[in-house]
Amino acid sequence: MTSIPAPPQRNRVLPLVKQILLGLGTLAITLLGLLLITFVIARVVPTDPVLSIVGERATEAQIAAIREKLGLDLPLWQQFVIYVWDAVRGDLGNSIKTGAPVAAEIARYFPATLELATLGTIFGTLVGVPAGVLAATRPGSIADQIVRVVGLLGYSMPVFWLGLIGLLVFYGQLDWVSGPGRLDPTYDMMMEFTLTSYTGMILIDSALNGAWDVFGNAVSHIILPAGLLGYVSMAYISRMTRSFMMNELGQEYITTARVKGMPEWRVIWVHAMKNVLVPLITVIALSYAYLLEGSVLTETIFAWPGLGSYITDALFSADMPAVLGGTVVVGVAFVTLNMLSDILYRLVDPRARA
Amino acid sequence: MSLLEVRNLRVTFDTETGPVQAVRGVSFSLGHERLGIVGESGSGKTMTGRSVLRLIRPPGRIEADAMTFDGQDILNASEREMRALRGKRIGMVMQDPKYSLNPVMTVGRQLTEGLRLRDGLGRADATAKAIAALEAVQIRDPARVMEAYPHELSGGMGQRVMIAMMLIPEPELLIADEPTSALDVTVQAEVLSILDRLVRDRGMGLIFISHDLRLVARFCDRVLVMHKGLVVEEITAAHLMEARHPYTKGLLNCLPRIGGTRQPLPVLDRAGF
Amino acid sequence: MTALRAWLTDPNPASRRQARLGQAWLAWQRIQRNRLAMAGLVIVGILLVVAALAPLIAPHDPLVQDLSRRLLPPGTPGNLLGTDDFGRDILSRIIYGARITLYIIVLVAVTAPVLGLLIGTVAGYFGGWIDATLMRLTDIFLAFPRLILALALVAVMGPGIENAVLAIALTAWPPYARVARAETLTVRSSDYIAAIRLQGASAPRIIAGHVVPMCLPSVIIRVTLDMAGVILIAAGLGFLGLGVQPPTPEWGLMISSGRKYLFEQWWVATMPGLAILIVSLGFNLLGDGLRDVLDPRSTSR
Repeated sequence: MTSIPAPPQRNRVLPLVKQILLGLGTLAITLLGLLLITFVIARVVPTDPVLSIVGERATEAQIAAIREKLGLDLPLWQQFVIYVWDAVRGDLGNSIKTGAPVAAEIARYFPATLELATLGTIFGTLVGVPAGVLAATRPGSIADQIVRVVGLLGYSMPVFWLGLIGLLVFYGQLDWVSGPGRLDPTYDMMMEFTLTSYTGMILIDSALNGAWDVFGNAVSHIILPAGLLGYVSMAYISRMTRSFMMNELGQEYITTARVKGMPEWRVIWVHAMKNVLVPLITVIALSYAYLLEGSVLTETIFAWPGLGSYITDALFSADMPAVLGGTVVVGVAFVTLNMLSDILYRLVDPRARA
Repeated sequence: MSLLEVRNLRVTFDTETGPVQAVRGVSFSLGHERLGIVGESGSGKTMTGRSVLRLIRPPGRIEADAMTFDGQDILNASEREMRALRGKRIGMVMQDPKYSLNPVMTVGRQLTEGLRLRDGLGRADATAKAIAALEAVQIRDPARVMEAYPHELSGGMGQRVMIAMMLIPEPELLIADEPTSALDVTVQAEVLSILDRLVRDRGMGLIFISHDLRLVARFCDRVLVMHKGLVVEEITAAHLMEARHPYTKGLLNCLPRIGGTRQPLPVLDRAGF
Repeated sequence: MTALRAWLTDPNPASRRQARLGQAWLAWQRIQRNRLAMAGLVIVGILLVVAALAPLIAPHDPLVQDLSRRLLPPGTPGNLLGTDDFGRDILSRIIYGARITLYIIVLVAVTAPVLGLLIGTVAGYFGGWIDATLMRLTDIFLAFPRLILALALVAVMGPGIENAVLAIALTAWPPYARVARAETLTVRSSDYIAAIRLQGASAPRIIAGHVVPMCLPSVIIRVTLDMAGVILIAAGLGFLGLGVQPPTPEWGLMISSGRKYLFEQWWVATMPGLAILIVSLGFNLLGDGLRDVLDPRSTSR
């Protein structure tokens, strides 16, 4: 009889390493592009950074001295190289308003945003995936219509307005949740002075300290903004899940599973879901990134001391280094999330590993 | 008593431009024998096969005067009863293993899943059974194939896996829907002979669906010729060359023959039916 | 009527025109049956009418202040949706705001897709290093958070409606480039393009005359779906005070000015938000329906 060649022995580690290296290369190019864009934006700024330092009455010599100190006398490409080099070392310049390094300030603000966006994404995934599956398995049904309309509403809602309405209803009228901010002032003091900070994320830090009263207060504060962001991300995730699931359910291997007599839950949640997971990872990462960005508007509503508030505050005090620094950080978070989802994708999809 | 009894089967798809009948009243009965269904694409042969398993997705509908498997009413069986039938007593091998195997599950998991879930076998027992099934379809290194993902298999090997998977529960009826059409010509013969031998040894009923008249004639006891959703001719394979219906004759005339004339083959003339 | 219907649904059309019209008719039938899409169409239609006829519909001048009538609740005679902190009629401001929203939408809709089409078709048609460079650029812009980039751009260029539009357009083109490139790649190697090339047509001519038209349907669907996002970003910029400047009645700006009175006079911030919600929902519904109907890949069989 014929001999059938066995499949080649696979090495699951090596290709992955190669993929990661390749991803890092792409990451580097993308980040360079990102820095180029912010650099260009910074150089188009009509306000002269020199004047804001020395004031209107400076002499020619003083201006020239400052220009030299800031490196503005160098050719543009050299300025760019210095800019990139600084950014790589984590130096995003100094804030005009406070004079402190932008990077250090952002490091203080970022955990608040991360906490909010992460919780929002968790909500969105936990609700969005089952909702999308439900809609996909009963296309045209009432459940499908509801998921569709609720999702489209989330798509169409201005997130800052949703935040205001949420505050009005759940804080102002029903008094179910605490108002703006991450903590009540008393707890804020406690957090600041008596507890050890590990991550800057209050939920985690207070839990690690065993300070459950602080934890409870933090939950009552974060639940509303995170819930609203979760709704926005749920809208996206449920829609995509529905469309991926519909696509998979039309595939022939689903018929195979049914021919094997598999019960419907297994056909959907194991056979189809394993395939849906592949593109879904990218969607969840994207929606996570979107929430990081959406925080700019949400945080102003909820007086949430995160990156979004930092950027908008800087915007109003014309603090360009701070604005651009924040932009770069969000951009880096975006790109990193993209790369992570790419790696996860390869882990989940055996076809992409080869 | 016959294994499968189908009377006046109709499959209808409700589309925007009105209902379209893919199968328009097909009747046949099947014992422990090998029945071929031949026809061009769109003749309704695949739909006929899938109707037996009740695997027509909406907007398609199945209707029939009667459809029984081993005396059991398939038409009105509950979904639960159907599942018991599908897994255990009726199997189906589909056209292209590239699409019919789950791309993100290992072959092993797909093979053992039924055994573990339905029959409640332990991991080791299920694996042993699956490996035996792979050996039965003449895969040389079954342990390694168990670990492989479908995309790592060739078409022929994939189809053997598919056959193994469907034969593990030892069904009484196997529906093979164009099981070799997606394979290389050289591999087709091997896969067919494996299928042939297994069906013969285990005394299963077989419905062999194909567009290839000659293949069906060689492989089956009896042949249904389908055209536009209807059975236009039912004939024993041995007498296929004596077919009377103009469509069947037309199809036969389009086949090249060794020792025949070197005239261009005639094109099927559709005016006559 | 029945004769026309029969002619349109004839399964064997006699001419190319009949086939096309038949297809269009079928598509229209499909949209009509999709109630949500029709709702979207109606909403977008109302937006157009309201924007066009704003001076006729609006009961008051959107800019005239009357401090004696400030912060009146909805349902007050003469001020159906109440008044804001300057005593201006909220309904009238929302009606005039439709013009601003439409203005922004139209400007973005004619700039971003054009830029995206240009980049996408050129990349797809020429391939090679041109493709690689342009797509890398697209990816970089795509990797950039849209709202934040728009923020940074407006921060640099200064607030104002034109700058807001420019910032939005500059951040909105990459998806179009992706779509256009994908379509171009499928068209590029087709025989009819080869035939035109053999006739000596120049690359710009082929792209403009034969590639771009093929990309248009998918781009149009994307534009419709994108408009909701554009409305939201524009409103966000307005809310932050970076878009249209007061006293112009822009919806995002109106929300921002109503924020101070949220707990006592909730309607000042709520009403313009509802307007944004309804209009962007309208575009989403319409785009969704259009995609179901026009994009064969998305139809579930």
